[in-house]
Amino acid sequence: MAVQKLTIAKALNDSLRKALEEDPKVLIMGEDVGKLGGVFRITDGLQKDFGEERVIDTPLAESGIVGTAIGLALRGYRPVVEIQFDGFVFPAYDQIVTQLAKMHARSLGTIKMPVVIRIPYAGGIGAVEHHSESPETLFAHVPGLKVVSPSNASDAYWMLQQAILSDDPVIFFEPKRRYWDKGEVDFEAIPDALHGSRVARTGTDITLAAYGPMVKVCLEAAAAAAEEGKSVEVIDLRSMSPVDFDGIQASVEKTRRLVVVHEAPVFLGVGSEIAARITERCFYHLEAPVLRVGGYHAPYPPARLEDEYLPGLDRVLDAVDRSLAY
Amino acid sequence: MTVESTAARKPRRSGTKRPAGAASAAKPAAATAKTHDAEPQLVQLLTPEGVRVDVADNPDVAEFAPFVADITTDDLRGLYRDMVMTRRFDGEATALQRQGELGLWASLLGQEAAQIGSGRALRDDDYVFPTYREHGVAWCRGVDPTNLLGMFRGVNHGGWDPTTNNFHLYTIVIGSQTLHATGYAMGVAKDGADSAVIAYFGDGASSQGDVAEAFTFSAVYNSPVVFFCQNNQWAISEPTERQMRVPLYQRAQGFGFPGVRVDGNDVLACLAVTRWALERARRGEGPTLVEAFTYRMGAHTTSDDPTKYRRDEETAAWEAKDPILRLKAHLLATGGADEAYFEQLEVESEALGKRVREVVRSMPDPDTMAIFENVYADGHALVDEERAQFAAYLASFEGGE
Ligand SMILES: Cc1ncc(C[n+]2csc(CCOP(=O)(O)OP(=O)(O)O)c2C)c(N)n1
Repeated sequence: MAVQKLTIAKALNDSLRKALEEDPKVLIMGEDVGKLGGVFRITDGLQKDFGEERVIDTPLAESGIVGTAIGLALRGYRPVVEIQFDGFVFPAYDQIVTQLAKMHARSLGTIKMPVVIRIPYAGGIGAVEHHSESPETLFAHVPGLKVVSPSNASDAYWMLQQAILSDDPVIFFEPKRRYWDKGEVDFEAIPDALHGSRVARTGTDITLAAYGPMVKVCLEAAAAAAEEGKSVEVIDLRSMSPVDFDGIQASVEKTRRLVVVHEAPVFLGVGSEIAARITERCFYHLEAPVLRVGGYHAPYPPARLEDEYLPGLDRVLDAVDRSLAY
Repeated sequence: MTVESTAARKPRRSGTKRPAGAASAAKPAAATAKTHDAEPQLVQLLTPEGVRVDVADNPDVAEFAPFVADITTDDLRGLYRDMVMTRRFDGEATALQRQGELGLWASLLGQEAAQIGSGRALRDDDYVFPTYREHGVAWCRGVDPTNLLGMFRGVNHGGWDPTTNNFHLYTIVIGSQTLHATGYAMGVAKDGADSAVIAYFGDGASSQGDVAEAFTFSAVYNSPVVFFCQNNQWAISEPTERQMRVPLYQRAQGFGFPGVRVDGNDVLACLAVTRWALERARRGEGPTLVEAFTYRMGAHTTSDDPTKYRRDEETAAWEAKDPILRLKAHLLATGGADEAYFEQLEVESEALGKRVREVVRSMPDPDTMAIFENVYADGHALVDEERAQFAAYLASFEGGE
């Protein structure tokens, strides 16, 4: 069947399965990805079907996982690496930033680094420390890395395929609190470009731009605003590096207002860059300054406070009101 | 008795005290996937049946036995009580998680002897760097067990002042704390103090670069630190063979300090070996790696499902080595305690369970503005600005509508 309704988790699992089937050079690596199928079961059943040589349980060492993935890529493999949780990518950060990101440039373009690093990220699942972070800016800031995040099952399936096919290293952020959300996946579709944005809802009064877990919140905010007679356009950015500024610009030239929403801290976040660029590009179109809604300059709080910390419907609608009040 | 099983009771050590090529040196791993001894050699002072090991029989055990020569029947009862109370607390926490009072719990079930034995070896002025499962060590340090639950309930990221009991906050990022322990020990040495530092970590953690770097630093600076690895056989779903090809304790040798494997389900042996290692540290002889060979009887955490990756027979085999039953058998056989004692302990542990339940259920959620507290010691303009904006935002709801 060409179209199926799947959870994001299952879509990712299907996507990995397809990649393993299509290219014998594709490898899955990470902690607990084998028998257990990963702590979120994204690799469920893959080791059973493709064996321990293709779906590799690694020692508990993130620098080792990414460092050896680089070596495997040098040897012609296409490793898809799982980092168990956002907060545990940092032991590998050195390898990602000093080695993975720069190999292509240092080799004058002769070496390709087709490595995908999958990271379940962001909050909202009531976890303990280091399990709910949004470190995307730290990767988007690094030249040589591409950074993406799907918000729905179709994108989960297709963007992961595209990331694996990419000859550049891709940091693939999976919104963990959306893993169990269902959506339609058309297995025969021609997918959107990996780094293009998508208009998730059309509107005329104001644009909300978001990615990953916040797309759903923005769609709910748009629906709530519609009841008050406000027409809100929602853009799913999908990619944080590169950012589809043309897509945002087109929307802002229509609506004349922009609010960028993400869970990561606002200070020096992806939203800051978008605000700056869109202000440059659309200065004479804007009716209000570009506003940002996101995390605070504070460590991710304990679970009992995350509802207050994470941007919810009210905070997004508040920003919409503030923008419209200009 | 087979040759293997005779050897099974002999401890093996590696490290600086032995000449190269001595019996303890690591044999090169055979080219098979599984390189770990089925019946590992380990220091044992109390058999699974609760019988004290005859030291005369066992010259290598003899090196450690003097470190518990002073143990009285009262002390044995104390160790027993520690283990029972810890298990009761742990069981209560698991139940509270099931009831939705805790978001998560990392159970220490099965690891009581390793934690109580090592924890009771410490002096008050020693310093402990735990992971996230060291509830028994916390108990030995006098940390109120209810304080351990805040982070698992999601009301804080710590819950106790580490300097009160010299028991550092739990560390979730695997292996990080071994470097902190090493640095702390470097400071202890610089200060000329004679206290020691102990770092707890798991078999999986030993694969992390941080742990290798902690070994390196502690060795070259001869720091007074004991690396206490609880090899509970599993790192979530990955068995120890997925972390290393040689027995864990032998890894110390390559860094230039001794490693000892102790029966982690034998509280007496854990006490003796840890005291031995701490004394080395105090005497200025540098770090030691202790591998407590034990087993995690439960799931990795309450969100894990061990049936996906391990066999029931394995768990059942370890049940026979239960650390608490073994000491109970010993106490009963030697007249160290009678049924009345165990009954009274039951009452005491029930009371602990009840208190834990009550405290957890009445644990308040943190104040919302706590998000902005303690981000910096000296304050920060951006935090001040965001705090004020957030307060104004919250105030906009009050009396509104
Ligand atoms: C750097 C890092 N990577 C991954 C994790 C996720 N994780 C938490 S516990 C664990 C297994 C740890 O096993 P081990 O070190 O043997 O200790 P145990 O839990 O068995 O006591 C993993 C992979 C983590 N906490 N930190």
